[in-house]
Amino acid sequence: MDRFLSVTISGLSGGMIYAAVALSLVLIWRATRVVNFAQGAMAMFTTYLAFTVLEHGGSYWVAFPIALLTGLVLGAFVERVLVRPVENGPPLNAVVVTLGVFIFLQGLAGLLFGGRFRSFPAPFSNKNYNLGNVSTVSPFEIFIVLSVALVAALLFALFQYTDVGLRMRAAAFSGEVARMLGVRVGRMLTLGWALAAVAGSLAGILVAPSVFLHPNNMDGVFVFGFTAAVIGGLDSPVGAIVGGLGLGVLLSYVASYAGGDLQTLSALAVLVFILMVKPNGLFSTTATRRV
Amino acid sequence: MADKPVEELAHADLADGNNVQATTPSPVVGPSLSRRGPLQYTLVRHLGLAVLGGLALLLLTSSVSAYRDFQIANVGYYVVAVAGLTVLTGLNGQISLGHGALMMVGAYTAALLLQREDPLPVTLVLVLCVVTAAAVGALVGAAAARLRGPYLAGATLAFAVGLPGLTSHYSGRLGGDNGLSVSTGPPPESLGFDFPGERWQAWITLSAALITLLLLANLSTSRVGRTFRAVRDDEVSAELAGIHVARTQVLAFVVSAACAGLAGGLLAVVSGQATPGAFSVALSLSILAGAVLGGLGSLAGAVYGAVALVALPSFSSSTSDRFDLGTDVKSNLPLLVYGALLVVVMLAAPQGLQGGVRRLLGLFKGRTPSPVRNDSGTDVSVSTPER
Amino acid sequence: MTRRTPNARLQVLAGLAALSLAAACGGGSGSGDGGDKGDGASANVPGITATTVTIGAHYPLTGPAAPGYSEIGPAAEAMYKYINENGGVNGRSIEFKYKDDGYNPANTVDVVKQLVLQDKVFAIVGGLGTPTHSKVTNYLNNQRVPDLFVASGARLWDQPDKHPYTTGWQPDYLIEGKILGKYVKDNFAGKKVGYLYQNDDFGKDGVEGLDSQLDAASVVDKQPYETSQLSQPTGIAPQLSALKAKGAEVVVTFTIPAATAVALLTNAKIGYKPQMVVTNVGSDPTTLTGLLGKFSKGAVGAQLLDGIISDSYLPLTSDAADPWISLFKKVHDKYIPNLPFDGNVEYGMAQAITFAQVLNGAGKNPTRQSLMESLEKGGFKGPGVTPLRFSKDSHAGFTGVRITKLDGKGGARFLQEAQVTTDEPSGAIENAPSDAQGKPGDDPFTK
Repeated sequence: MDRFLSVTISGLSGGMIYAAVALSLVLIWRATRVVNFAQGAMAMFTTYLAFTVLEHGGSYWVAFPIALLTGLVLGAFVERVLVRPVENGPPLNAVVVTLGVFIFLQGLAGLLFGGRFRSFPAPFSNKNYNLGNVSTVSPFEIFIVLSVALVAALLFALFQYTDVGLRMRAAAFSGEVARMLGVRVGRMLTLGWALAAVAGSLAGILVAPSVFLHPNNMDGVFVFGFTAAVIGGLDSPVGAIVGGLGLGVLLSYVASYAGGDLQTLSALAVLVFILMVKPNGLFSTTATRRV
Repeated sequence: MADKPVEELAHADLADGNNVQATTPSPVVGPSLSRRGPLQYTLVRHLGLAVLGGLALLLLTSSVSAYRDFQIANVGYYVVAVAGLTVLTGLNGQISLGHGALMMVGAYTAALLLQREDPLPVTLVLVLCVVTAAAVGALVGAAAARLRGPYLAGATLAFAVGLPGLTSHYSGRLGGDNGLSVSTGPPPESLGFDFPGERWQAWITLSAALITLLLLANLSTSRVGRTFRAVRDDEVSAELAGIHVARTQVLAFVVSAACAGLAGGLLAVVSGQATPGAFSVALSLSILAGAVLGGLGSLAGAVYGAVALVALPSFSSSTSDRFDLGTDVKSNLPLLVYGALLVVVMLAAPQGLQGGVRRLLGLFKGRTPSPVRNDSGTDVSVSTPER
Repeated sequence: MTRRTPNARLQVLAGLAALSLAAACGGGSGSGDGGDKGDGASANVPGITATTVTIGAHYPLTGPAAPGYSEIGPAAEAMYKYINENGGVNGRSIEFKYKDDGYNPANTVDVVKQLVLQDKVFAIVGGLGTPTHSKVTNYLNNQRVPDLFVASGARLWDQPDKHPYTTGWQPDYLIEGKILGKYVKDNFAGKKVGYLYQNDDFGKDGVEGLDSQLDAASVVDKQPYETSQLSQPTGIAPQLSALKAKGAEVVVTFTIPAATAVALLTNAKIGYKPQMVVTNVGSDPTTLTGLLGKFSKGAVGAQLLDGIISDSYLPLTSDAADPWISLFKKVHDKYIPNLPFDGNVEYGMAQAITFAQVLNGAGKNPTRQSLMESLEKGGFKGPGVTPLRFSKDSHAGFTGVRITKLDGKGGARFLQEAQVTTDEPSGAIENAPSDAQGKPGDDPFTK
């Protein structure tokens, strides 16, 4: 029972990180209909920037917002400068551009910071609280869950209850109509990418204490984050959260009770099963018909 | 539109990408075309081209160093893989991020068959690679036919990530992380004792590449190729025209997977192995990058893309070798340059290298280039009509 | 229909032309690079000129396997530079070309062919990795290229009949498992033992060695992990929770450094305090101290290493008084000051010294054949604390290891005499001869 509980909890906190990656992918997909393969590398890079702050003696609470802010800027930059020119071209061109950014950032990080594993701190202890004899959850895990939940809630509030959120939704839903109504569509799409990248950077800085910091440290997390986004439905932020949590718990159970070698296969099996039942993910509302 | 004769529509379909959406898809006119005989004519022409190409490559491979021959051998299997993907994505509009895994199926088939005491001839092994990969492709394709866009991308990516896990689970048979070693023996004695093994390998992969290109070129101009395009351009219209959409999509996937399987088998032969580390997600992504870089939907583009996949990393690493740089810089510069080149090519030549070449050729022949593309950005425009 | 043809044909021809051009241009520049065809006595030996010996290697310099391993190449190169400054070997300086294979076996084949065919190296020295290097041994042996000191503890490299040009260097994982297993049996009698091992040859060979020494009854659980788990937030927590649930009091691990660190952090997280016994591969104190968090302000950190049992076949990097370590440190500070001074750096440097010794024995005008003869003559004494086993019948490397204990301050010390054993599970474990180690300065080039 002790074991089941700790496996479930670590699955949930890991799932929150997948959820943050998935959320960033969903936001970008909603804004520009692009799957951003560079999202993991962008998060890796902003975590390195936070790391640089820490190395120069800065506190975690300076480094943390810096990671998110540089994520915001990087997201806006990638959309405005690199993706915008190909946004109206063939959809796969944008995919290849994001692949290029992904490879470029990994090269740049290796070049600037070296390839070796770096330890990255957690702001709170990662020792589990004990409930009687049962090891439960650590303060850092609580922080992971709360910070992702908070960022998701803020994004939700922004989209649902603010004017700029409405404009962004309009721009994403139908650029032409929004433009006629006076929305500056381009700017809204850039903002969408920027906000999405914040969620990605959050995932990066939260996962680094567990997987260490190195130029490839987000590869595995990105793949499962993408899987989570597809499971949940790429149009649905709620789906991203649910998909992330579900996948996290599933992977934790598989590794505990079936074997680590079956983790990726089980993710594949679940994904295929869900897509066979719901071809646009669990929480999709619209039927997409695009290449 | 509706009262135009069907044959004219077929011409419009092929000659002018702008009209593709508006025309009735063309399979109905297939028989009338073949009655006039251009299909046979096409076959002969493609054959002629393949023979010419083969001769050129024979000269090329015989005049370069052994290492260049090895690189050319690598280009050969990349051509097969990229051409297969370009048919799926460019012609039929289905994306796949899982072709690396399909190549893995081919490579392990080759490795298992060649490991036996009394191995089959390489040609037969490669045919069997095609068969197994096509069978797996049929399964994946059946699932894929239900999925669109990013969902298909996600599912195939999960396939690419998940499949190598099998080698670890069945490590007894498949060798775990170490994979399997493959030995194909020396070149045939008839070529002489000193004949470089690398040139022999180049011949094998290039012959396979030429045959693949020949078959795919005929496929894409055939009735089947037109149904592929019709489904890509508009599923509903295609369905109305009597095309079985799902079946067409599965067929495209099978064709593409067969190519990937052949490419994987060739990779196993050339580099002497089948290993999970060689078929990572990175391979799937670079094959897609090759197809898009070259120019999606175009077989000539597949050749450029494959050349680029071998030449770009080699170029960027030999360039950074030339300078006396710090270790971190030297090891990572090639990666950085490769990534930057991918972005630059996409920004500078949205139609891929093939689009750039076509534009150049258009200038050369004193014609106005026809920068035509449809939604999926594929090679539907052929050229402006003569006369 | 017919309108398609003129352009299509041109396009395909243009494609072929581009291919030829790319190859031709590349060929031109490439042959310029590999222009080490000196004249003089050894003009016919690839990689040898009157003044230089060119050798090559492959390492993961980028990608997920690069951390740590990417230091070995630069470290070996630094040692070769030092040797060259001391006059080189028999008047020749050693040029070391190492290339990135990203730990992808297909790339390994590519870069090794490049080294052999284009750069015309004399030998491959220290190519890294089991899945990677095992795909080039056939090629190198067919080409009769010496393939020395494969950087892997798999048992594949010691097959002089099948692969006369390939040799190992570090002790294989079976040997290590046996000696660790015996230590656990002798010193933790009656305790419940659990294994944590990487699910590949490395882990499985280690487990075979452990099993040959430990009573099956005392082993309560064996947990394999996948390296892919290390890049996920959950890590290998499931495996450690299982070991904890089984009540293992001693956990022996065949883990890479990142996995060791994750295991130690996870243990701290779930409040699990077994005696850890960690393979040499995953126990470098400098690397682990770096991984365990210099920022974490005492919550976790190097003190997690306190009391870990491990082993080594080289002097301990924390032992500044050791003459080899002070030599390595000097070379490190001069040539590669930006790299951490850790076990990987020591590994590269020590390997470079062994190669220089073998080359030295190959005579004034070395050939590939004389290099292998020199190696099979054996008797090399260098930094290693156990003997190297090179002979006509054996291409394995170090024959044993010495048990160590880590402290909580990033250092370690030797616990008992070095031991040697065979690479058969049943072979006996004996104390190593006391004169196994050499001294810097025994060879002119390490003065």
